[in-house]
Amino acid sequence: MLEIRNLHASVDGNEILRGVNLTVNAGEVHSIMGPNGSGKSTLAQVLAGREDYEVTEGEVIYKGRDLLEMEPDERACEGVFLAFQYPVEIPGVSMNYFLRAALNSVRRHRGEKELDAVGYLKLVREQSKIVELDEKLLGRAVNEGFSGGEKKRNEIFQMALLEPALSILDETDSGLDIDALRIVADGVNKLRSPERAMVIVTHYQRLLDYIVPDFVHVLVDGRIVKSGGKELAHELEKQGYAGVDAGRAVAASS
Amino acid sequence: MINKPERPHTVSDTNELILARDRQLEDFSGFLDVDGAGGLPSLKASRKAAIERFAEIGFPDRRNEDWKYTNVAPIARTAFARPTGEIPYIDAAELAPYRFGDDSSPRLVFVDGRYAPSLSTNGATTKGVTLLPLAEAVRTRAADVEPWLGQCLDDTNRPFAALNTAFFEDGVFLHLEKGVRVESPIELVFIATAGGDTPLASHPRIVIGAEAGAVATVTETHVGVGEGVSLTNVATEIMAREGAHVFHYRTTHLPDEAFHISTLAVRQEGKTDVTSCTISIGGRITRNDYHAIMAGEDGLCALRGLAKLRGREHVDNHLRVEHAAPACESREYFKSVLEDESRSAFTGRIFVHQIAQKTDGKQTNSNLLLSENAQADSRPQLEIFADDVKCTHAALTGQLDEDAIFYLRARGLSEREATSILVRAFAGEIIDTIKVDALRELVEERLFSRESSIDAGAPGKSGALQEAV
Repeated sequence: MLEIRNLHASVDGNEILRGVNLTVNAGEVHSIMGPNGSGKSTLAQVLAGREDYEVTEGEVIYKGRDLLEMEPDERACEGVFLAFQYPVEIPGVSMNYFLRAALNSVRRHRGEKELDAVGYLKLVREQSKIVELDEKLLGRAVNEGFSGGEKKRNEIFQMALLEPALSILDETDSGLDIDALRIVADGVNKLRSPERAMVIVTHYQRLLDYIVPDFVHVLVDGRIVKSGGKELAHELEKQGYAGVDAGRAVAASS
Repeated sequence: MINKPERPHTVSDTNELILARDRQLEDFSGFLDVDGAGGLPSLKASRKAAIERFAEIGFPDRRNEDWKYTNVAPIARTAFARPTGEIPYIDAAELAPYRFGDDSSPRLVFVDGRYAPSLSTNGATTKGVTLLPLAEAVRTRAADVEPWLGQCLDDTNRPFAALNTAFFEDGVFLHLEKGVRVESPIELVFIATAGGDTPLASHPRIVIGAEAGAVATVTETHVGVGEGVSLTNVATEIMAREGAHVFHYRTTHLPDEAFHISTLAVRQEGKTDVTSCTISIGGRITRNDYHAIMAGEDGLCALRGLAKLRGREHVDNHLRVEHAAPACESREYFKSVLEDESRSAFTGRIFVHQIAQKTDGKQTNSNLLLSENAQADSRPQLEIFADDVKCTHAALTGQLDEDAIFYLRARGLSEREATSILVRAFAGEIIDTIKVDALRELVEERLFSRESSIDAGAPGKSGALQEAV
């Protein structure tokens, strides 16, 4: 589904990604872990199409197409979804207006019929249960005045509504207490399917107790330095990222 | 007959303004001879006094602080004529996109400043309400008009208000007796025609007198018909007595070459509520002058405005709100959305007299720049002579929030849709205050159906609206 080859990206002339290689197949859940500043969020943002980052080398193939050539909205319509680390507050735009516009944009792209108000409400009612999102929030402006937990749940709720093929969760666990974390993780788990792939970017192993990944990758200094199964996350928990770094140094010198 | 005071001038623009002034003075001599305001002798004297004042001040140049941001030379140099002969035929269908009331509510329509009975309806008459074309009111009810006409409008330093007094031929007289509540909005429509041999100027005057406890909503709609130059120089006076509520809405829907000057003069006596909202769409130069005097305790005056500009359009909102009594509340909230090379200006002045303790005044101006070549000038001003007051002002000018655009696009909305949603949200804070549902819907439709040149989205990297200097 997704193939990242030798991806280099920089912002304001600073190279953040220095040759990332990653293959994600349908049905798989990959976790990308790494210390602060290693480039995890940059990778997520580049995949979603944020223009602040300049891709200087490499390519990203999504469903056989050059992802980097696509506008952010085209990526979204083609099934790429980024759950934001910092969901944006948009005063004056109600959740309901925003969600229906987004849904219909994606549906138009897929050649599906647009939802009328009744169809929309029905869908929203069903999906909001997945993350226990208070329906009252839907009458409010997008993310405005939402608590940290509500914002993150809102991201997963949107993911449930838009049914993406590839979901990228950027530090969805940060700032969540244990209950909120469980709700978010339950929501994500419900959306796992053989057709869908997920890339979960996280700093801590904690989230992976709830969302068990098929693969874990360690990103350090803009490169994936180690990949393994779910047990790698526990290893990291014990040793910290320093241990991985040392391993890389050994590998490089040999 | 009328003195033409000399003024120092060094640039040709100034010369041009003086010549333009003199042309107005000559026009006035001819106008007085045909003026139909026979029923009201004092009006003739007011007109003479007004043209004298205009002769003193003339057309303002850019050295005049009140006109720093608006160059009136394009207006002054145009040789406008007064409309004469038959009122041109206007198909009612042409007005349909700008009309919102049904025929049960009263509607007065004017073409180039002259009353057009065929386009107007009386609506259901409410007892205690006098609603008449001003010329008719002056002719037949002079004694009723006299206590209200010219009572709010101070044209001492307002050249266009002075011209309005000198030249108005018709307009509206609305009088609300004590305690009268008018349920449906009173719809006033002013059509400026263009495209004839000579560009026309009209100076409609609207006089609203609300006695104690009266409540009414008045909508002023200005529409341009035909492509070409026209000038509307409207003056609206609102006098509100104890307990009266007057809601005033003004919308302008103008073709590219139209000039629009308005003056809103408000006087509030006692605990009153006067709210005005102006939506400016189109036109080459629009200038909205406001002068509100809160002369009774506990009054509330809210003035709002929204302009959506493109091309080389120019909108200048210039306010002076005077707190002349204690414990009044004033709110000024003006916004503009600017594309292309358009330009907006805001001057908000709250003047708090020494007597006006416990004043609560607030002014806000925010501007959304959608183009690198657009410009918004903002001058919030407070002048306070009382010591126990709460007055604030804020000016924000910025571009669209890039993070918000990206967020919307990451959910599948095109850049154009994302931009449009954010612009609507920005404008919504003003639009949502329009309490007449049909008018609010019409305004939304007109504001956002206009072809927009937004396609590349907003330039620049700035995030949320930023504090301006």
